[in-house]
Amino acid sequence: MAKVSMVVNGKPVSGEVEPRTLLVHFLRETLRLTGTHVGCDTSQCGACVVHVDGAAIKSCTTLAVSCEGAHVTTIEGLAQGDRLHPMQEAFRDNHGLQCGFCTPGMIMTAVDMVNRKGNRLDETTIRHELEGNICRCTGYHNIVKAVAAGAANMPAKAAAE
Amino acid sequence: MTATGIGAPVRRKEDFRFVTGRGRYVDDINRPGQAYAFFVRSPHAHANIRGIDASAALAHPGVLSVLTGDDIAADKVGGLICGWAIFNKDGSPMRAGPHPALAQGKVRYVGDHVAVVIAETLAAARDGAEKVAVDYEVLPAAADIAAARKSGAPQIHEAAPNNAVFDWHLGDKAATDAAFARARHVTKLEIVNNRLAPNPMEPRAAVGEYDFGSDSFTLYTTSQNPHVARLVLSAFIGIAPEHKLRVVAPDVGGGFGSKIFIYAEETVCVWASRKVGRPVKWTCDRTEAFLCDAHGRDHVTHAELAIGDNNRIIGLRVHTDANLGAYLSTFASSVPTYLYAPLLSGQYDIPAIYAQVDAWYTNTAPVDAYRGAGRPEATFVVERLVEVAARELRMDPAEFRRANFVRTFPHQTPVIMAYDAGDYEASLKKAQEMHDVKGFGARKAASAAKGKLRGLGYSAYIEACGIAPSAAVGSLGAGVGLWESAEVRVNPIGTVEILTGSHSHGQGHETTFAQLVSDRLGIPIDNVSIVHGDTDKVQMGMGTYGSRSGAVGMSAIYKALDKIEAKAKKVAAHVLEASETDIEFKDGKFTVKGTDKAADFGTIALNAYIAHKFSGQELEPGLKESAFWDPTNFTFPAGVHICEVEFDPADGVVRIDRWTAVDDFGKVINPLIVEGQVHGGIAQGVGQALYEGAVYDEAGQLVTASYMDYCMPRADNLPSYNVGMTVTPCPSNPLGIKGCGEAGAIAAPPAVINAITDALGHENISMPATPEKVWRAAQGVVPRQAAE
Ligand code: FES
Ligand code: FES
Repeated sequence: MAKVSMVVNGKPVSGEVEPRTLLVHFLRETLRLTGTHVGCDTSQCGACVVHVDGAAIKSCTTLAVSCEGAHVTTIEGLAQGDRLHPMQEAFRDNHGLQCGFCTPGMIMTAVDMVNRKGNRLDETTIRHELEGNICRCTGYHNIVKAVAAGAANMPAKAAAE
Repeated sequence: MTATGIGAPVRRKEDFRFVTGRGRYVDDINRPGQAYAFFVRSPHAHANIRGIDASAALAHPGVLSVLTGDDIAADKVGGLICGWAIFNKDGSPMRAGPHPALAQGKVRYVGDHVAVVIAETLAAARDGAEKVAVDYEVLPAAADIAAARKSGAPQIHEAAPNNAVFDWHLGDKAATDAAFARARHVTKLEIVNNRLAPNPMEPRAAVGEYDFGSDSFTLYTTSQNPHVARLVLSAFIGIAPEHKLRVVAPDVGGGFGSKIFIYAEETVCVWASRKVGRPVKWTCDRTEAFLCDAHGRDHVTHAELAIGDNNRIIGLRVHTDANLGAYLSTFASSVPTYLYAPLLSGQYDIPAIYAQVDAWYTNTAPVDAYRGAGRPEATFVVERLVEVAARELRMDPAEFRRANFVRTFPHQTPVIMAYDAGDYEASLKKAQEMHDVKGFGARKAASAAKGKLRGLGYSAYIEACGIAPSAAVGSLGAGVGLWESAEVRVNPIGTVEILTGSHSHGQGHETTFAQLVSDRLGIPIDNVSIVHGDTDKVQMGMGTYGSRSGAVGMSAIYKALDKIEAKAKKVAAHVLEASETDIEFKDGKFTVKGTDKAADFGTIALNAYIAHKFSGQELEPGLKESAFWDPTNFTFPAGVHICEVEFDPADGVVRIDRWTAVDDFGKVINPLIVEGQVHGGIAQGVGQALYEGAVYDEAGQLVTASYMDYCMPRADNLPSYNVGMTVTPCPSNPLGIKGCGEAGAIAAPPAVINAITDALGHENISMPATPEKVWRAAQGVVPRQAAE
């Protein structure tokens, strides 16, 4: 077992994990933050996307111990109390989700996209940037609309959470 | 229409929890003292099990138990069932082999369940499973229909000689043959409907828990129909009587049919929880899901269309071979039979139809319902035949369809169905306008100028939804009735809980069902909550599949609301001191005809419970009613989709340039949600047409068992969709709803293939139309302008 400490959604946390424990399992099982999902075993679906030190990563392909000292943001850390993040609001407003299973990963990816690419995202860019996130329900139509709307509504510059 | 009533695009009530990561899916549930299950699965497609040595696994730290087929047999746990009896042409029943939850002496597909290791942690269970030594005698495998039907093929089940499950037929063969004999033209097609893996993004999961104190079980499971799961686990598999078995299906991350069925894993978890005295949790990984979730489609069909004078279709004849996999899954037998052949009339007036269907066992995963289930297969046959016939007759494909549309209702087809309402012309006309079909010639010329091919394809589909009238399905072999139940509980302060037998796994019932109640009772939508997915809370219900939750599930709610209104009027008569016949209810207010006396819904609800006004009289206190709704007919959603593709013959990468969908779903409760269902359905249909295929090699190894090998449609593979509606209300339910969940998946594949073949100028392409296939098919095809 190894000890690991990190800051998750602004709170310092630590736990004992096996060296092989993945970040997603540390989040889900040790911290009981179950908003981050596992949809595949080949790093393809993006249901597990969280931010580590401000960048989107797939937590199913990241060892918990490699995040020692890191700042991690999960879907649970995006809203301010019950005030939704503009990207969360946009997904709700544009019916960008059905079963909701891909949604946390989609939203975390979308926020990262805005951080990297700015507030004005065209359809081609959004579709291309989403190729690491699979949704089986929506056909992506409304996800693409939601990402564009959420991007436009995020503060310019300080887009990062 | 009010802001939250019927027809309003209400934002979903369930979304707050999903966008904040507060959904509660089965894998999010952990029970005190929980242990973890990992399955030992067959690496062989077909083998005898000579022996299982679990000693090394049992010695592994953390392993609690290793259970095998012997244990399940010793405990007299029954096998998994197929709930739809199909009869052969000669009247004898289908030939079904046993389907044990853990293999007994033999495995029949790669991934078949050999043993389960239960351990303190998932890691220990996985490690333990690697140490279970299974002695296999490997047998030759039959991995597809052609191999299974060959003489001398490996025998998969003793009960099914030559691997033939049934030979079934529907329709009038003599009349159909006669139509072909006098046909002016016959169009023939060989069609492969490719095998698919359903792939809801949430993998299946189960937590079984046994309570010694009450001698009862709880199963948390990813189910589209928890009551049906309980019924099967109880009445057929024999885990426990129903009152000792609670099944909970909380938030479920998509189903598309694959979570209807009662599988080995959840059966084992609930059974093993008593055996090991601990809650047992299992979560499927994606590779296991590819191997073991029931697949869809997998038909091989020879189809023919007979055309008489005036370009009228006079007959349709098909011979379909259906691959059912290694075992008969829960509803497997209904898919290539009663969910398929009765749809072969499409939107057309066809006097004679005959379908022969042969079903086969193979050494592959079980095949069962996947979004559309039988109807996509039928629609692909009909819409490809019609398109090709028009081309052969040198007619505009839309005009050929027009010439053959059903135009009067009700319309009895020669294959069971009685279409009750529709206006196929209206959908076609609207779709053509929205799509700018007139501008296609210019667009094709512009593509040709760039060296690209462009094609346009129609799909005028029909489906039978609102599944289904109990008597009708009973007469066709179903082991259950397909009604739905609802209970309406009005609380003393006038808020309302709806307990429904439907189950939402993405469809947004918490919103649409609440809209119906808000509209009907005149109360704010936030005062309504929807309860589903727990057999301890909700009375027996039949669940969600076959686009039935609106047409059947909401009709049950509607009926229960009728009773609520009737009872509330009685209470109002006492409160307002008037005769019951003078009480009127509108917009949430009870009034007395001809007076200004009034009381709002909340006041009447409260009075129903305090009962001071009618104590001791015939009226019972309380305001709670339930209803069971059994539909009198299927519903018949129909519409026209138009797909326009462009591709470069040099690389074969098909780009969908535009997509127009005009659907008639009857009355629409929430257009936002309905359009979302259309988008998602189209994406799955495009997936089938262009990208997806579950492929086994000759030895029965699944070569597409991950997202690296199985091409799921991604955002950059798909277009945005242009969605419109026409409305002919459904006459067979009080709300006029037809259902929308499967339409896109049914409509899309022929639209795509008709567009590609239009571009190619020949019909030689199969699904999925991958770049390689399209590139090969495009060799020698010269881009040129449209004829017009
Ligand atoms: S679970 Fe991480 S990419 Fe699929
Ligand atoms: S909403 Fe269900 S997978 Fe995306």
